Amino acid sequence: MTQQNQALAVSVSGLQKSFGGTTVLDGIDLAIEEGTIFALLGPNGAGKTTTVQILSTLIPAGAGRVRVAGHDVRTEPDLVRAAIGVTGQFAAVDNLLTGRENLLLMADLCHLDREEGRRRAAELLELLELTDAAGKPAMTFSGGMRRRLDLAMTLMIRPRILFLDEPTTGLDPRGRRRIWQVVRDRVAAGTTVLLTTQYLDEADQLADRIAVLDNGRLVAEGTAGELKRRVPGSHILLQFATPGQLAAAARALDAASPDEEALTLRVRGDGSPKSLRALLDQLDAQSVEVAALTVHTPDLDDVFLALTGHPGPGS
Amino acid sequence: MSTSSYAFRDSATMLRRNLLHVLRYPGMTFGVLLIPVFMLLLFRYAFGATLGAGLGARAGGYVGYLTPGIIVLAVSSASVSTAVAVNTDMTEGIINRFRTMPIARVSVLTGHVLGSVIQTTAGAVIVTGLALAVGFRPAASPAGWLAAIALVVALAFACSWASVALGLLAKNPEGASNNPLPLALLPFLSSAFVPAQTMAPGLRWFAEYQPFTPIIDTLRGLLLGTPAGDKPLIAYGWCAGLAVTGYLGSRALFNRGATTTGRSR
Repeated sequence: MTQQNQALAVSVSGLQKSFGGTTVLDGIDLAIEEGTIFALLGPNGAGKTTTVQILSTLIPAGAGRVRVAGHDVRTEPDLVRAAIGVTGQFAAVDNLLTGRENLLLMADLCHLDREEGRRRAAELLELLELTDAAGKPAMTFSGGMRRRLDLAMTLMIRPRILFLDEPTTGLDPRGRRRIWQVVRDRVAAGTTVLLTTQYLDEADQLADRIAVLDNGRLVAEGTAGELKRRVPGSHILLQFATPGQLAAAARALDAASPDEEALTLRVRGDGSPKSLRALLDQLDAQSVEVAALTVHTPDLDDVFLALTGHPGPGS
Repeated sequence: MSTSSYAFRDSATMLRRNLLHVLRYPGMTFGVLLIPVFMLLLFRYAFGATLGAGLGARAGGYVGYLTPGIIVLAVSSASVSTAVAVNTDMTEGIINRFRTMPIARVSVLTGHVLGSVIQTTAGAVIVTGLALAVGFRPAASPAGWLAAIALVVALAFACSWASVALGLLAKNPEGASNNPLPLALLPFLSSAFVPAQTMAPGLRWFAEYQPFTPIIDTLRGLLLGTPAGDKPLIAYGWCAGLAVTGYLGSRALFNRGATTTGRSR
């Protein structure tokens, strides 16, 4: 085992998986360093959940090498399981037990002593704002509360590597921010996180590195900044009142790409007052009237569009 | 780490979980007792006089003949709730959580089986108490009582493993509530209410060779102090067969690969 491998919490090479002839993962390579947040970004059906299921020993890989916490998921699943915690898309809670009982069940299953179990449960109920509901059965919880309870159950076992499969899908902004904060705190304490998300801003907010998954392939990987640099820089969006004005403007400004339906025109430019003035002067000279103007700096939506050829999943 | 001691500890945890379910939501437990209780009262007070007269003089009267069958019916009808509970576990996300934890995997199932045995035995005790209240007068020795309890627990154990397999086999809880119906209905076509010898030839053959007749006859012999011949051997044979088949089936079904990530809601 080389030094480099030891620092990797997750290392995947050539991962493939198909279900009944349909290829879901088509040669994935991942290297996630310990203590970092890695986001797997992609639309529904891209293969995010399948990846998490293979990494968390739920389903076998079709082909490829998958090591988690230094152990092969196929040959040493129990050692992998001892290191990981998984919170999936669908809340994995015991509906008939109360919030607190769910957490104590986790404590028993990871063989904590009673005192330690109670202490951690109380701490996590507080952290995820569930203290008031702790004595109520989980089946009475709202969707957001169930997701938070689910995360609390996963955190009870203090995993070294945390898999979060779309942890905030369907949550309100407050719930999302709470979960983001909890995840950041865990990473600060040394936990490694693999996060899947279809929200570009979530990846942007949380992740150290982002991999874009589309149709079972990784189409890009890097930091949010690196990915953003891969798309054309800032642009200016001009809105026109009539198709005639749009056409005139498109003629006047060479490098433009008109959108006939929205009556908009995208123009390269950094959005500085000077460049804006030059642009408007150019249009004035041709007597073209601009109805509205917005300056657009690249976000992950643009990255997604540029990399996959279709708009970002969350847009 | 010792795998076997964890298997024991994890099974105990899962058992606690299942007993908590039962205590918190006793409706299912009492629900499965409705049929045996109804049958006991129906046959004791509505059909009993005529059936008893038709059977002739017997030790303990007709209620004495009837009660062992009702006790067995109480055990077999509990299969439905076990199968539904197991299936609910499998189709909700919680099972995938368990599968990603370093716990003894079989503990999920043993927890259900042990919980079901306790629940079912408690049901049998309740039904027996009710039978005593409506005139059941057993003649069993203390050893006979112990042997009767052992048989009921063995049957509960066998039925539980079978129900776990049937619950795993079903695609959804609705299916899981239908699968064990043959198990729950078999006692009706046994010597529970009338002796097999009094039935029509084809049915008689079926009643004599199906598992519940020797089990009921053995229990009857133990509780009423009447001879049961080779029936105990056959009864325990059926229990062992059912338990082993149920266990192997459950294990194979449980390990056949992960369920999907829960229901797509």
